[in-house]
Amino acid sequence: MSCQPDIKEELVFDRPAALADVPTHYCPGCQHGVIHRMVAECLEEFGLVERTIAVSSIGCSVFLYNYILVDTVEAPHGRAPAVATGVKRARTDAFVFAYQGDGDLASIGLAEIMHAANRGERISIVFVNNTVYGMTGGQMAPTTMIGQKTTTCPAGRCAEREGGPMRMAEIIASLDGVAYSSRVAVDSVKHMAQAKRALRRAFEVQVKGEGFGFVEFLATCPTNWRVSAVAANERVAKEMIPGFPLGVFKDAAKED
Amino acid sequence: MSAKRVFIKGNEAIAQGALAAGCRCYFGYPITPQNDIPEMLSSAMPAAGGQFVQAESEVAAANMLLGAAACGVRAMTTSSSPGVSLMQEAISYMAGSELPGVVVNMNRGGPGLGDIGPSQGDYFQSVKGGGHGDYRTLVLAPATCQECYDLTFSAFELAFKYRNPVLILGDAIVGQMKEPVAPREALPIDPAEGGDWKLTGRGERAPRLLKSLFLDDGALAGQNKLLQKKYEAMRAEVLFENFETESADLVVVAYGSIGRIAKSAVRVLRAEGQKVGLLRPVTLYPFPEEKLRALAAAGKRFLTIEHNLGQMVDDVRLAVRGLADSDFYGVFPGNLPTPDEFVEPIRAAVKGA
Repeated sequence: MSCQPDIKEELVFDRPAALADVPTHYCPGCQHGVIHRMVAECLEEFGLVERTIAVSSIGCSVFLYNYILVDTVEAPHGRAPAVATGVKRARTDAFVFAYQGDGDLASIGLAEIMHAANRGERISIVFVNNTVYGMTGGQMAPTTMIGQKTTTCPAGRCAEREGGPMRMAEIIASLDGVAYSSRVAVDSVKHMAQAKRALRRAFEVQVKGEGFGFVEFLATCPTNWRVSAVAANERVAKEMIPGFPLGVFKDAAKED
Repeated sequence: MSAKRVFIKGNEAIAQGALAAGCRCYFGYPITPQNDIPEMLSSAMPAAGGQFVQAESEVAAANMLLGAAACGVRAMTTSSSPGVSLMQEAISYMAGSELPGVVVNMNRGGPGLGDIGPSQGDYFQSVKGGGHGDYRTLVLAPATCQECYDLTFSAFELAFKYRNPVLILGDAIVGQMKEPVAPREALPIDPAEGGDWKLTGRGERAPRLLKSLFLDDGALAGQNKLLQKKYEAMRAEVLFENFETESADLVVVAYGSIGRIAKSAVRVLRAEGQKVGLLRPVTLYPFPEEKLRALAAAGKRFLTIEHNLGQMVDDVRLAVRGLADSDFYGVFPGNLPTPDEFVEPIRAAVKGA
């Protein structure tokens, strides 16, 4: 007979109920998981889970619906903002967000994101920029940085041949229909807290009917950057943030 | 039939038929010869409590249709040939995700920019899927302004019955001409429609997912099997106009505006005592192949007339294979046919036995 010590357990941290308890398909060190969690937390904080319709896009994050437990429709490549427009116009009482990567949003879907933003559609966009096409194996993206090597710019992106990386949060901020546009990172505790505040605000502008909400997340892709998870996270601060400055580029609440 | 007849263009009949059927979301991009539709709906749709969006492109318009369809709302987009080419991506995704919606193509001349006049050059694109993958859309081909109204009205019923895109294939002739149209009693909006699949926000139920990606072993094959079964079931919806075929030696097969012009030519030849009739498919998918096969078995010969270089004639030949063949007379897109133009080719085909 051994004597059991008196152990008391207290749960101080758990996953949001809107986030599925399943193994992830994302690579080690990928930050989609962190961002998915943040989205689920914000949906719960605003009490939106039950009336949310998500639009997933093409790329690694097409499987958004395996993780965030809300009604979801899958959009063709780049078209998520047009699909989200159709959803919101059909169900004006729903909370509608689209989750897009950089190839999807800033290359093939540039017309759709610009015009949905310009119309001031009451939707929120979660834009994940990891400077590379992930699912297809690491090709050059519209956000690939000058000198960055990818499988389709093996000598590094050259400004003269391929142009420079597109800074979407600033471009979107320039459009009249946009209520909120910002860029955040999730590479440190401090940046994650800022990112959460930004995402809340991008959701809030839709809930309050102020206009179009946009958050660009700088994120890692260790697999296609061909670096370790730790080195990938370090690259965010070292190389990405100097080229993609963090900050709020437009907030309707601060203009009037 | 309720209110008295109205004198409107085929394009306007499509817009009004859609409103009467309960269409409450419209997405479109300007292109000739169908601009009357978005112009009318830009005010009529909001007045009916619906949504009108002028999209940035036909690509976007068709994807907005996909989004509205996912919510189980009756929705429509309209365009003409070059624009409909751009919509094929979304139509394929809608077929793959089993989403109902109405797409109108007021066919103009092609290929490329072509012209803004009538043509039937988009027959293959319309009835063989049009985009990537193995799928079909129901295709309805109006020949009159009344049919523009009635077929658009029933297109929404069919779209929801089969959870599939439905195409209206008109042309610049039927879109731009004016005729008296008898409107119908407007259908009440049914909030329960699509209740077992549409996205509403999950509420207390399990989350729903509408998608066309199937990566698991056997999953895509299963989805394709299910879709094929559905396309097979759609055969029950076949519609055609059968004019004087029973006593005919030669059956003219023609659809849409050309079917109507051919009918005038058939009347002229009947008055001369020629044994000719007309079979006008109203649904191009499903195609009236059983009817054609029965006519072939009864010993009839066939002449297919189209406003293109020979497309539907392939389907006529397939329908009657082993029993008969079909001659073909084509009007080049860019030219506008008259009944007189069809009389001689039909007379020659009757003699050609």
